Amino acid sequence: MALDQSFVGRTYPPTAPYEVGREKIREFAEAVGEANPVYTDPEAAKAFGHSDVIAPPTFVFSITFRAAGQVIEDPQLGLDYSRVVHGDQKFAYSRPVRAGDRLTVTSTIEAIKSLAGNDILDIRGEVHDEAGEHVVTAWTKLVARAAEEA
Amino acid sequence: MTAKIAYDDVEVGTELPAQTFPVTRATLVRYAGASGDFNPIHWNEKFAKEVGLPDVIAHGMFTMAEAVRVVTDWTGDPGAVVEYGVRFTKPVVVPNDDEGALIEVSGKVAAKLDDNSVRVDLTATSGGQKVLGMSRAVVRLA
Repeated sequence: MALDQSFVGRTYPPTAPYEVGREKIREFAEAVGEANPVYTDPEAAKAFGHSDVIAPPTFVFSITFRAAGQVIEDPQLGLDYSRVVHGDQKFAYSRPVRAGDRLTVTSTIEAIKSLAGNDILDIRGEVHDEAGEHVVTAWTKLVARAAEEA
Repeated sequence: MTAKIAYDDVEVGTELPAQTFPVTRATLVRYAGASGDFNPIHWNEKFAKEVGLPDVIAHGMFTMAEAVRVVTDWTGDPGAVVEYGVRFTKPVVVPNDDEGALIEVSGKVAAKLDDNSVRVDLTATSGGQKVLGMSRAVVRLA
């Protein structure tokens, strides 16, 4: 069933702040095999002009995707999450995410399309720090594959 | 100090050092924990097959994280990345053996932009198939 177009443009309330920890960044960097000390050693990060260790570029997805849960699980929208695959992902950074950041995400439904029975949902997540400064915007395209005929 | 590559030393067509990234089931379990994405298609073969996949597949975000390492290893400072986007075209299938899968990534400077930045176009393949499309990063150079 096609999703309701009237949800396009809907913005959800900002999430509670997510506090970025040094050890969480280390864990993520190790999980993706990153050995760059800028992720684990504050002195190495400072040599690049950062005030503390920074996170790998895709780290913030964990936070924005959790925030997108507000959309995905909105019972009024009615998305069948069991059929969802990740189509596209894009980030635009004002600065890297760093340890000590307290980040909030504001999610907006940018577009809803229906193509060959698939529902395609574009969600934009605006990530701001505690001072209200923009850190990164994440665009996530989710595709809910058409249900097979029973 | 930011990137270790100078804008003036780069031309359109400049190739970045290519890299190959291994991925096994253990890699995926570790990534699931670190990222919080516990979707069973990334660790449970029975579940993956039930939903029509050939086998367990890598998280798209894992592949995306590996691909950009070609850019960040080149520039030195991952904080120099201004934009990064990909399309997930094919899943990286990860068999349950000691080998797992390989993700092969190459990159090339596609455009020189304002503000000392360049656009790098990435190619990522696994098992001879392209796994990312429209994979592009904009990075600010020295």
